[in-house]
Amino acid sequence: MVPLSWYLILSGILFALGVLGFLLKRNIITIFMSIELMLNAVNLSFVAFANYWNTHPVADKSIVPLSGQVFVFFVMVVAAAEAAVGLAIIISVFRTRETLNVDRVNLLKL
Amino acid sequence: MDTKTFIIAAVIKIALVVFIMLTGVAYTTWLERKVIGRIQNRWGPTRVGPFGLLQPLADGVKFILKEDLLPDYVHKGLFILAPMLALVMSLISIAVIPFGETITIAGHTTALQISGMVSSSGGISDINIGLLIILGVTSIGVYGVALAGWSSNSKYSLLGSLRASAQMISYELALGLSLVGILLLSGTLSLRQIVYSQSGNWVLGGHDTHVPHWFIFPQIVGFFIYLLAAYAETNRIPFDMPEAETELVAGYHTEYSSMKFAMFFMAEYVNMFTVACLATLLFFGGWHGPQLSFLPPLGQSLLPVVYFAAKVFFFIFLYIWIRGTLPRFRYDQLMAFGWKFLLPLAIANIIVTSLIVAWGA
Amino acid sequence: MVHQVLFIVFGLICVAGAINLLVQRHPISSALSLVVVMASLSLIYLLLGAEFVAAIQVIVYAGAIMVLFVFVIMLLNAGAEERTRGSRIALFVGVPGVIILAGTVGWMLVSGSGKLGSVSISSSNFGETHQIARLLFNNFLLPFEITSVLILIAIMGAVVLGKREN
Repeated sequence: MVPLSWYLILSGILFALGVLGFLLKRNIITIFMSIELMLNAVNLSFVAFANYWNTHPVADKSIVPLSGQVFVFFVMVVAAAEAAVGLAIIISVFRTRETLNVDRVNLLKL
Repeated sequence: MDTKTFIIAAVIKIALVVFIMLTGVAYTTWLERKVIGRIQNRWGPTRVGPFGLLQPLADGVKFILKEDLLPDYVHKGLFILAPMLALVMSLISIAVIPFGETITIAGHTTALQISGMVSSSGGISDINIGLLIILGVTSIGVYGVALAGWSSNSKYSLLGSLRASAQMISYELALGLSLVGILLLSGTLSLRQIVYSQSGNWVLGGHDTHVPHWFIFPQIVGFFIYLLAAYAETNRIPFDMPEAETELVAGYHTEYSSMKFAMFFMAEYVNMFTVACLATLLFFGGWHGPQLSFLPPLGQSLLPVVYFAAKVFFFIFLYIWIRGTLPRFRYDQLMAFGWKFLLPLAIANIIVTSLIVAWGA
Repeated sequence: MVHQVLFIVFGLICVAGAINLLVQRHPISSALSLVVVMASLSLIYLLLGAEFVAAIQVIVYAGAIMVLFVFVIMLLNAGAEERTRGSRIALFVGVPGVIILAGTVGWMLVSGSGKLGSVSISSSNFGETHQIARLLFNNFLLPFEITSVLILIAIMGAVVLGKREN
């Protein structure tokens, strides 16, 4: 019997580490991976709540317990689409600027 | 059965299965060299032992005694990790493959599957998502190839590994979709339940054709797609451009020698074995076959394993036969085939199968 | 008891992987530690009874999306990250902001943990594939169709953006 708050604290720690990575790292691909880490943290809390609503069901059936897991499915699809387009953008930026460091891509002029 | 007995039984089964598998891998190399030799009108190994049967032993000794190089310019951690990852991932998929029903030794009944459990009422339970575990483990196996090429820090290896991993992830789609037809017919992802749903005979219009209820018959297109996608996944001819001896030096394992190369080699053959096991479980009825009632109970539990092994042997022979017969695809032909032919065909197979299942229900 | 030990072990592996992602200089090591985080998250999903979600986490996230990241890192081959001076606002406002936010949420969760109750490895008919499929194709049919259009847009966008100019 693991308390629900432990899962939410783990999700919060992973999310906070993702935000720290997004703010502190300078390589664009690592920043992108921190975004994926944030999405994973959110997935964890969705799945934890899906289990919670299954063991403590709501009386008027307004919350379908499994919809947490279905939403994780949608989050993964969106993350896949975003990763594909984002990495294509990174490749085309690299072709012109020859660098992956975000501090060097701060002017519109090449 | 309680936890302690289950764990001890599982450990014994793991040791036995890994030992049998690695010996099988060694003798599959012997079989390959003999059969390819005969197809090419020559003998194959004949010197080492009768019929060259000790050749794998000589190869093993060669691999152990060769110098295991660790060049200076490679990225050391990933260089050592990549072959281990490839071999471990291919061995993990054996944990969910069922070989038969149950076996009773010294009063303890255990399922003939590493992850199977016999409940106290005699029913066998399995992992609900066995097929997805095999697909997941195949996806992680791509990392072994990709990291091997990158960490070798050499142009040939990098190009070879990029091509090999692009090929593997492209054909994973067709592989997964070709199995959806089986899922529609059997309604479950558990490998043992899929084999159970293939028992009996096909019943057409009320009377019993004496044809076994194997899924190869309605899913012949799915079988064709599965076989081609699996040949591309395991990097075998006609899809072995990334590691062929005459192309790109040796592809992603150019810089590897001795034990690490042996690990890649074993991983490829264990993958072949997993593909053959899946093909028999999903399309050919697994371990079903005529029962012989005059055998003692131990023989009756092991007879399905013999049928299973015979069907798997047929698929391994098919792999070797195709290797000796067909030329290899060029890389762009290979990618066009996977994306423009196999993927739409797999989707069409799903549509037709689901229409027939919905109409019949 | 076993449940708690398993959760603590996998949770520690997740956090260690995430910290390694921040600490490593070379993006390939960050990518591989993110794969480790995703694999241990998949095991935590198994602890929560979500077997299908655990399987697709490995197949889709760790086995396809992260392979894409590793491909791009291998192709671009830009090397280890160099130390440039980042944005000052990010450092002086962002980092304390994150710490304050995470600390507030954590404190609220810890103090309210009695009211939230606990989760358990529930009975076997929760999180099964056919139940998720039933929900997905009945209640969530419209979002499902929209995500298929979304993937089509992403494919077209990636192909157009990745083409060479000549």
